[in-house]
Amino acid sequence: MNFPESIARRSFLKRNGVALGAMALQSLIAGSSHSAGVSNGRRADGVLASLHYRPRAKRIIWLYMAGGMTHLETFDHKPTLAKLHGEPMPESFTKGQQIAQLQGQQLKCFGPQHAFRQWGQSGQSISEIWPQLASRCADDICIVRSLHTEAINHDPAHTFMNTGSMISGRPAMGSWLLYGLGAESENLPGFVVMVSTGKFGQKQPIAARQWHSGFLPGQYQGVEFRSTGDPVLYVRSPQGVSPTLQAGVVDSVKALNTVADESLHDPEIATRISQYELAFRMQTSVPELMDSRSEPEHIRKLYGAEPGDGSFASNCLAARRLAERGVRFIQLYHRDWDHHGAVKEHSAGTAREVDQGVAALLTDLKQRGMLEDTIVVFGSEFGRTPMAQGNGRDHHIAGFTMWFAGGGFTPGMSYGATDELGYRAVEKPVSVHDIHATLLHLMGIDHTRFSVKFQGLDARLTGVEPAEPVFDLIGGRKVSNESA
Amino acid sequence: MSVSPISNPTGFRRSLVLIAGLAVCGSLRTTPAAEPERPLPETVRFNRDIRPILSDNCFYCHGPDKNRREAELRLDTEAGLLGGEARKGVVRPGEPQAGELMKRVASADPDLKMPPPDSGKNLSERDLAMLRKWIEQGAKFEGHWAFRPVASIEKTPSETRVSSLSNSIDTLVGNARKANGLSKGKPADARTLLRRLHFDLTGLPPEPVEVEAFLTDSSPSAYEKKVDALLASPHFGERMAMWWLDLVRYADSVGYHGDQDVSVSPFRQYVIESFNAGKPFDVFTREQIAGDLADQPTLQQRIASGYNRLGMMSAEGGVQDREYLAKYIAERVRNVSGTWLGVTMGCAECHDHKFDPFTTRDFYRMEAFFADIKERGLYSGANSDGNWGPSVRVPTPEQQEKLNEFDRRIAETKTILNTATPELAEAQSRWEAALPRWTNLAPAEIVTDSGSAAKILEDLSVLVSGSVPVTDEYRLKFASLPAGVTAIRLEVLPDDSLPNKGPGRAGNGNFVLTEIVAERSNAEGGKSPVKFSNAFATFEQTGAVGKNPYGKWAVAAAIDGDEKGPGWGWAIMEKAGSAQSAIFLVDPAAKKQEAADWSIVLKQKHDNAGHTIGRFRISYATGSFEPGASPIVPAAIEAILAIEPGKRTGPQQDELAAYFRSFAPQLKATRDHLAEIEKARAELDKTVPRTLVTESVMPRMVRVLPRGNWMDESGEPVKPGFPSALKVSGFESADDRKLDRRDLAAWIVSKDHPLTARVFVNRIWKLLFGEAISRKVDDLGAQGSPPTHPELLDELAARFVESGWNVKGLIKSILMSETYRQSSQATQEVIEADPYNFWLARQGRFRLDAELVRDNALAISQLLVGRIGGPSVKPYQPPGYWAYLNFPTREWQADKGDSLYRRGLYTHWQRQYLHPSLLAFDAPSREECTADRARSNTPLQSLVLLNDPTYVEAARAFAELTIRNGGTTAADRIDFAFRRAVSRPARTQEIKILERLLETARAEYAAKPEMATALGKVGERAMPADIDASTLAAWTAVTRAILNLHETITRY
Repeated sequence: MNFPESIARRSFLKRNGVALGAMALQSLIAGSSHSAGVSNGRRADGVLASLHYRPRAKRIIWLYMAGGMTHLETFDHKPTLAKLHGEPMPESFTKGQQIAQLQGQQLKCFGPQHAFRQWGQSGQSISEIWPQLASRCADDICIVRSLHTEAINHDPAHTFMNTGSMISGRPAMGSWLLYGLGAESENLPGFVVMVSTGKFGQKQPIAARQWHSGFLPGQYQGVEFRSTGDPVLYVRSPQGVSPTLQAGVVDSVKALNTVADESLHDPEIATRISQYELAFRMQTSVPELMDSRSEPEHIRKLYGAEPGDGSFASNCLAARRLAERGVRFIQLYHRDWDHHGAVKEHSAGTAREVDQGVAALLTDLKQRGMLEDTIVVFGSEFGRTPMAQGNGRDHHIAGFTMWFAGGGFTPGMSYGATDELGYRAVEKPVSVHDIHATLLHLMGIDHTRFSVKFQGLDARLTGVEPAEPVFDLIGGRKVSNESA
Repeated sequence: MSVSPISNPTGFRRSLVLIAGLAVCGSLRTTPAAEPERPLPETVRFNRDIRPILSDNCFYCHGPDKNRREAELRLDTEAGLLGGEARKGVVRPGEPQAGELMKRVASADPDLKMPPPDSGKNLSERDLAMLRKWIEQGAKFEGHWAFRPVASIEKTPSETRVSSLSNSIDTLVGNARKANGLSKGKPADARTLLRRLHFDLTGLPPEPVEVEAFLTDSSPSAYEKKVDALLASPHFGERMAMWWLDLVRYADSVGYHGDQDVSVSPFRQYVIESFNAGKPFDVFTREQIAGDLADQPTLQQRIASGYNRLGMMSAEGGVQDREYLAKYIAERVRNVSGTWLGVTMGCAECHDHKFDPFTTRDFYRMEAFFADIKERGLYSGANSDGNWGPSVRVPTPEQQEKLNEFDRRIAETKTILNTATPELAEAQSRWEAALPRWTNLAPAEIVTDSGSAAKILEDLSVLVSGSVPVTDEYRLKFASLPAGVTAIRLEVLPDDSLPNKGPGRAGNGNFVLTEIVAERSNAEGGKSPVKFSNAFATFEQTGAVGKNPYGKWAVAAAIDGDEKGPGWGWAIMEKAGSAQSAIFLVDPAAKKQEAADWSIVLKQKHDNAGHTIGRFRISYATGSFEPGASPIVPAAIEAILAIEPGKRTGPQQDELAAYFRSFAPQLKATRDHLAEIEKARAELDKTVPRTLVTESVMPRMVRVLPRGNWMDESGEPVKPGFPSALKVSGFESADDRKLDRRDLAAWIVSKDHPLTARVFVNRIWKLLFGEAISRKVDDLGAQGSPPTHPELLDELAARFVESGWNVKGLIKSILMSETYRQSSQATQEVIEADPYNFWLARQGRFRLDAELVRDNALAISQLLVGRIGGPSVKPYQPPGYWAYLNFPTREWQADKGDSLYRRGLYTHWQRQYLHPSLLAFDAPSREECTADRARSNTPLQSLVLLNDPTYVEAARAFAELTIRNGGTTAADRIDFAFRRAVSRPARTQEIKILERLLETARAEYAAKPEMATALGKVGERAMPADIDASTLAAWTAVTRAILNLHETITRY
């Protein structure tokens, strides 16, 4: 894998002169074996030790509303659609467009099922199914109503949203960031995923490929933290092995590896030793992190989370704890938004599962001053049709909504629009690649200069089609373009 | 942007100081900072030195993609660089200052400078110097190395092929090493060499006794004997299969959306057996790509053709057929080009390839080879019925034997059933005499609810006419039926006046009889209902069943009092246009009735409009019915019965007798016996593995899809064809013929194909050295890396083809070389001179692949069950790991017994949630072709080795083995364990470390014996009765440490 020299060289020069040769040599000897090496307990930097821009954010918390959140009942108000409720969908909108389950059926308009209001100083238009988010955080979020994507079925659409490609095998965004920026936490993985499941939508599957490192080495994979069972797979010592004895085994492994290295001279051994040290620290740090009982009562109340309930709210609280500890990329899936039927009741139900947690997370980050350098992303793999599917809505890719908060996004902003029926993003359309480019930009990375050689190509998160950061969302080009 | 030293090895020398223990991180193969110090090579070669610079910096706009080409300039062709008929060149040989190319790339003016500043590309000083030197030396152009024919060789006699190739390897590697100022490394010590050989060929460690035997065997052929023995081991095929299955993306689940299971394990077995049997690689190739098109394909060839069906599939509702058909077929092009050709044709799905001479047209012509494969885009319903398209049954030999035995017993029993005896003949005539005789009835009165006209025809049938109502009810009256009526028959009859000839009045000739109700009137005028106890029909519709509670359009629904709904009834859609009949048996309890008038009501209340009866006839019978036998007599038998017994022909008599035997009460026991055997056979048959195969059908049309968009139908239709830039002799004018997958396979394994053999030997080299000769094993195109030893790569490729694509021969040649047998250790000077080990003054060293990490632990602890092949297995996996799978939701059920201890390549390969311990060690999900597994070193790997129950149980079994067989002192036991785990004795220091651990552990478990018991419960393996639990637990701490050693999981 080649790396742009300008970046690579800086990343090396940044380190002190004596170490330079040794580091280079070690990586050379390691050959193709990549090591997230650790020494003296410090986690490694990423390859982008020097950034393209002054970073505005250090980490991302991505609240992933899996299943395809309806934009029409949540953040994109369409009174005209209400007027046409029950009428045939004008063919000018739908002709030649890709359709999922409504193939070959008569297409009828289906009006918004929930009322909208203006909220906060900014007057953001948000539906009434988000009482807490809307009343407390409307002025904190930056709503983009002109998203469009390329894949109309869940699985490839997730893959596209996470990796920038529908074809599997590309790294997820969290892996890219970890690879580029490294981790800040000494005791935790840099890319953490959590999943909660609700009660209203179809439970669409989520594949582990959504947090896979693709062609990047395995240490950049997202690590799933689970709310039941072991919080990380294999993180608990075997039954019948006390912490002391486990420590004894790990120490012995280190001592034996060191002895063997005297005759083997294998630099991978040093890496192996440090990985055992990190693994052993994780055995303590991960269960500690996942145990929210140490949080004060008022914080637990704020989130409405009971320890160990596996709810989205609990995961939001865990996300804040992870962010505090320097985890680079945190992704929370809530698997409950696939509302093919009863979109009125189900969208309200799912929003109830999410509303308090997300409002609490924003509030909590803000009160700790962390929203400054933490980006919160909120959205789905796609939206839902303005056309009825019974009393629900089908998958929809031509226009949908996401919102962002913190880390350089302009608070209280509305951006872009779909047409009057909420079908197509017509005003300032934003692609998934544009979103990736924007997020990378805020993290200090020029997406065109962040690539890895894969099958002969300079593979990028943003793919080969043109993509650009949406500067309007982040205070314009001038401010953000300062080079580091 | 620069060329990394990986792809540009020549002359790479730097002086670096090793400071052990310093961190290196995430640096991957980034460009070392000291790069400008690297001297330029003596002679600059286009392919090795210049092409990579141009490809990376210039081809994007000045390369093969005509749509992206700027200024009509190509820098990937001789004409473009040096000039041709159309235009003058941009390079003037010998004059570095003169040509446009140097002017532009060296310019400081942002308007002139190439690549343009906004491209983010930039030539380094070294790149510029390299270009200058190349032009000074005459600017000699070379076609891309991998697309040029393999250099030809002198023929070698088959008996000296292995040794002569081994010698060539050593000579060619030696020359390159010498040219780079290095000398041959020292040979590996015997222990390391044997261990390496075992891992490379079988993926399993040597047993300590084998190590000792090898050490003491001083015969000159000791090594070669070992090589031959291991190549003959059945585990060789397993080791090779692990690698091959990554390429052909073998998995046990479909990958998309619900990621449901799919049965393809016989394909894996085919691959293992092919490598074990030494199947020539060309045959192996042909069978996979086109085995189904062979003349009368064997079962093995059909199984092999499953290759085409191993891609991902979807059963997600809302999937558009055409979109997914486009996805599946495009993936096949990516796979076949990745697996065999080592090029990235996938890029050309949306645009002409930027770097290699592949056009989008080439891509879709390649797709067209696969257009005949029978498949669906949306496998609707497969999430519940498991039907993922064409498959075959593949019984194991034991299953086949059992099936044969069942068949023998079935035949035997059938013989009994088919043999006429005097007793049966007598029973038959009694039966015939008692047969009910049907008497047709003419209705005395007909009332139709709808008012439709009803006319009685000559044959006493009733024909209804007039406008067709939504529903109807026919009320019929019959005068004076005799006493003892046992059954009523309703015949529905075709008629030319009816839609689709009837017998129903619906558009398709169907009807639904929703209920039949009969009533008798006695002489006094009293009425009593007639109860029907049973109903039979000549045919019952099974189509359009919907939510029908009977699962078919059953006649039983016509006598159920409409208890399951008034709309269900008897229908016959598939047999519309023919005569059918239904028989309703009068409840025997109410049979003894006087003669009476009858009324019969035919209700037709189905809600799908017009399903009423058009022509029918009613009859009655008074005879008795054989219990258990259907009163429906087939038409052919009816016809025979109508003939007087004396006038029946021989065949007619036989047919009638056979019919009688089919229900004769005398044969009931035999029939039941037969049914039992057949049921058992069917149950066994259900457990027979199936595997997906390719079935060829009429090819569908393939078009070029502009920008890969499946909805765009404006592209040119294409026929199968080969990429025009790859010249293969014998296939120049192939386009004139109609080509199919057989031709594709023949082209791929043509002896003159420039890529196939190179790709294969390059990858084999990587398996045996850790790195390949051309290091990017997934791309031999312009963006790949030029081979460090081009002559060697060509020699290996040519000899491989010459040998008849003999895989074992190729491997043996490499293993017999001194190059392979070198130590992987080297002096500081050598490491500094050649840090990437391009010049092979030492062997490679690398961590074992994911499956082998586990196999190794199971082998060391003697838990491994070494059986070859069979369906996939499920070892322990953390509960809840599959929680986010759906359609259907699933929970992993770990196997019991032997299946827990099979080799890793048999572990159920779930694409979306691969077993977490395989995943941690970089096993790929196999969603796409994987030629190059990463080898990472992560904390999750440490957690797996420390805490996964598989390894804890293995450590306990290992401890048990050590206590039993390792002598009596702790030191002896530790030494025993080391010999098992790393094939060498333990060092004094190591013994001390582990004795200390043992003491700690003993003290802990002595104080808390319940902890020892708990540890003993990890895994399914029972605790030994004769070893104290605390002792075993303490020793388990020791063996866990040994299983966690880096050396244990590394091949040196």
